[in-house]
Amino acid sequence: MQAVSEINEQIKTSSGPNQSESSFDATRIRADFPILKREVQGRPLVYLDNAATSQKPQVVIDAIANYYAADNSNVHRGVHYLSQYATQAYEDARNTIRKFINAADTKEIIYTSGTTAGINLVAASYGRRFIKEGDEIIISTIEHHANIVPWQMLCEQTDARLRVIPVNDNGELLMDEYERMLNPRTKIVAVTYVSNALGTINPVKRIIELAHSVDAVVLIDGAQSAPHLKVDVRELDCDFYVFSGHKVCGPTGIGVLYGKQHLLEAMPPYQGGGDMIATVTFEKTTYNVLPYKFEAGTPNIEGAIGLGVAIDYLESIGLDRIAAYEHELLEYATELIGSIPGVRIIGTAREKASVLSFTVDNVHPHDVGTILDGEGIAVRAGHHCAQPVMQRFNVPATARASFAFYNTKEEIDALAGAIHRVIEVFA
Amino acid sequence: MADLNELYQQVILDHNKKPRNFRALEHPTVTQLGHNPLCGDQLTLYLELDGDVVKDVSFQGSGCAISKASASMMTAAVKGKSRQEVETMFDEFTRMVKGELDPEAEPNHLGRLKIFAGVRQFPARVKCASLSWHTVHAALQETHEPVSTE
Repeated sequence: MQAVSEINEQIKTSSGPNQSESSFDATRIRADFPILKREVQGRPLVYLDNAATSQKPQVVIDAIANYYAADNSNVHRGVHYLSQYATQAYEDARNTIRKFINAADTKEIIYTSGTTAGINLVAASYGRRFIKEGDEIIISTIEHHANIVPWQMLCEQTDARLRVIPVNDNGELLMDEYERMLNPRTKIVAVTYVSNALGTINPVKRIIELAHSVDAVVLIDGAQSAPHLKVDVRELDCDFYVFSGHKVCGPTGIGVLYGKQHLLEAMPPYQGGGDMIATVTFEKTTYNVLPYKFEAGTPNIEGAIGLGVAIDYLESIGLDRIAAYEHELLEYATELIGSIPGVRIIGTAREKASVLSFTVDNVHPHDVGTILDGEGIAVRAGHHCAQPVMQRFNVPATARASFAFYNTKEEIDALAGAIHRVIEVFA
Repeated sequence: MADLNELYQQVILDHNKKPRNFRALEHPTVTQLGHNPLCGDQLTLYLELDGDVVKDVSFQGSGCAISKASASMMTAAVKGKSRQEVETMFDEFTRMVKGELDPEAEPNHLGRLKIFAGVRQFPARVKCASLSWHTVHAALQETHEPVSTE
């Protein structure tokens, strides 16, 4: 049985640090991911659905299995050895996450079940405490449903108004329009860093600065940025940053809400239960300190530990190197796929990460997806939980290839070949 | 292994390209909306009933090749049939695409619609094939509520 510390040792000796800066050895990295060895439909798996979820390296799989095999116990409870050990591993992971996004304090790192839960927590807790009738909440046209619906629900409950930043035909936010929307009634601005449907990287630093000029707080949906961009929450000066573990090579069911401490202190608890209390009597309950105030009930312990290991793994390769390599893949794919007659790329922003959304003339994206699947290629076909984006670009759905650092140009060649096959079938 | 050629047969590709009865009816007895929220397929079905019999039927909408071809062939199959005959085909068709009815081994009234049997190998596409059938089934109930595959 391995301890987490041994797994960390394993990370240090695996893919990342031994490579030279100039070359990115995807072949070697692929060896860390057991699933990439499997076949689908009798062909090697070409996994291009990373924006939906990323694959897991062996070190993460081992960390989770090892936790249950050797260390399983509840956290923050017992005086016994295992409970203390589990608590330590769980809290160490919190510190790993803190460093990953450069937060000032682990009090600002709240474990959630994922991005969606983080946004709902802020909408429910911050929203109910601070949003009143007539206040305004700004989102953008290119949000995932998870960053639309919680705000709509809040607006319904409080009679606040939801406003939406429009985008141009490339899928870039119209910043002038955004600036005009801001006013003293603006209380929350909630935008994604990277669009899951289009790949657009939003100018979040500028968005945050402008929002702060009218004293609005800003939530950044980091679901798609966490795997691809180095994020420093203090440098961005965002008030809330949320992301999911499963998109950064970690397990599902774990995610992170970062919030500035003074904001989290001012917010009421979201859910009541064990672990979030200091004292309970039938007359009055006092709440636990941060971050536990927002973590009611037994948490996803193996998820947190797995996420910590996943982040260590990513950092061992380096987010900057990952971003550079993925950018190379995206440029290659855009050029290759975009030059196929009949293919239209949806989302042509100047700043993009990882996502290539496209349509094929006269072929529905679901048929594209099925034929690609027949070639062992996994892409997403549909509205990507972003129906307003589909409406904006006047398409019912798109096919979406999304890349990770373990993908290769050969896989993109396979994708291009399969798209040619789609066109043949429907000719 | 699922066979793509069985899913995208020439007849299906042909109906996708040139769907039959792809228009609105001027005097429908029932206009029924059908929706597959999973993939966004939208279907409007127009049904003209003459007593118990489907006198005319047509559809409009957007969808994948499977849903479009299925709607096209459904309209061709139900025209001139009685309510009871359509309901029987609805039952048989939906069971066939789910793999619960083997059209080669069990008696049925599906005729040319048997070419959709291959859909059973593609669980993600079963709803595409059955959307138009759920829609015609709902139209015959005359509930006037949009129907969904979910």
